[in-house]
Amino acid sequence: MRRRITNWVMTGLCGLALLVALVPLGSLLWLVISHGLAGLSPDFFTAVPAPVGETGGGVGNAIVGTLYIVAIACAVGVPLGVGAGVYLAERGDTRLGDAVRFTAEVLSGVPSIVVGIVAYGLVVLSMRRFSALAGGMALAVLMVPTLARSTEELVRLVPGTLREASLALGVSQWRTSLMVVLRTALGGIMTAILLAVARAAGETAPLLFTSLNNQYWNWRADQPTASLTVQIFNYAVAPYQDWHDKAWSAALVLLLLVGALSLAGRLASRSRLR
Amino acid sequence: MTSAVALVLAVPVSLGLALFLTEMAPPALRSIVSFPISLLAGIPSVVYGLWGLFVLVPLLRNPVEPFLARTLGFLPLFQGAPIGLGYLAAGVVLAIMILPTITSIAIEVLQTVPGSLREAALALGATRWEAICTAVLPYSRAGIVGATMLGLGRALGETMAVTMVIGNSPTIRASLFAPGYSLPAVIANEFAEASGDLHTGALAALGLLLFAVTVLLNVVARLLVRLSRRGPARVAA
Repeated sequence: MRRRITNWVMTGLCGLALLVALVPLGSLLWLVISHGLAGLSPDFFTAVPAPVGETGGGVGNAIVGTLYIVAIACAVGVPLGVGAGVYLAERGDTRLGDAVRFTAEVLSGVPSIVVGIVAYGLVVLSMRRFSALAGGMALAVLMVPTLARSTEELVRLVPGTLREASLALGVSQWRTSLMVVLRTALGGIMTAILLAVARAAGETAPLLFTSLNNQYWNWRADQPTASLTVQIFNYAVAPYQDWHDKAWSAALVLLLLVGALSLAGRLASRSRLR
Repeated sequence: MTSAVALVLAVPVSLGLALFLTEMAPPALRSIVSFPISLLAGIPSVVYGLWGLFVLVPLLRNPVEPFLARTLGFLPLFQGAPIGLGYLAAGVVLAIMILPTITSIAIEVLQTVPGSLREAALALGATRWEAICTAVLPYSRAGIVGATMLGLGRALGETMAVTMVIGNSPTIRASLFAPGYSLPAVIANEFAEASGDLHTGALAALGLLLFAVTVLLNVVARLLVRLSRRGPARVAA
């Protein structure tokens, strides 16, 4: 009897763990949506932030800035990550391949703020100013390891017969990799890219001292640039109620952006599987 | 310090969750629940910080911390003014953030436990909980430790959420209620305004320290998880 009661109690506790895990999630989503919706207006998406002390204004430049920085990160990170992944899958069964794989694994566990310091040292110091380029570089470094690992796994799934058929037709190795193998795995790789982009768009720490912030519209890669995440941070720690409301709305926009990206990623792989 | 609080809170919950999902829950529930858990992992950290600052901190300041101080006030851990911002808030936010990491890896590890082991224990008349205690957990011990260490690695490096709720005060106190500082928070707050090479250098050195610690943790954790995936024979000793 005592044993049975223990069994029940422990099962109950484990079920309780589930509830405990879901409560913060529910609370977070609910608050972001309920607080955030109130502040959404056309102005919010198109205007630049209002000066301190004035109400109104928006985060249009931050939304554009985030997209801008993430685009730079993609331009740098995607070719590198996918290329490394293809290499690992096609030619990676060597000592070097193992080393690269392990490095990528460890690199993906490095705190993003450390990556920010690296980007500061490499880009900001040499350019002598904070810039969107530096932020994009930092995010690119964050994207590469995860992208390389998932590309490798996806490329390995491509049947060997496809590869052999292509080689047997006299197609050179590099064209086989590019035209046949990569193409077959493309759906999955798109998913991996979208998920990596979603992660990058949500990063704050590496942007704090690389792309910094900007109160105005900016279209130049060598200038400080606003981003949604840094803007949320600044608004949240400031002592103004109006800014707090803006922070919630910006958080809602960010969540929608990140959610849409990862949803698109999941759909891309699902349609491919069928 | 904050990471320790986070681990104390997160490990039992995520382990319970992983056990519940792999051993007890019907498969249908499992696929329903795995979605919100992955959602939890995908939320940007600055949004967690926002939530922590405006929801958790007031909650801690009013009912939770005075209650802890009244009931457990004889411990130095629970003394001091309940201002909300501080180690405890940072620990709780971190716990929520590393929960999905630990849970998903623990689930992965638990799924490698052969069904025959479980069935053998059940056939000997063990209840389901006893089967978990005697057969499942010992088998997957190394992997679970590895999962915990990966969670710790994430907690140590987490910047934004902690910066927003820890209170940012360069002091060391025993109380969980006191504001403090963490490595990434110092870097986040001071780097952009660092004046002179010395200040920047010092902050970069903090970054190096953080980097070294997390790399070490990650290497060990990955090896542990990899070992336990291969089987328990070598790990059991």
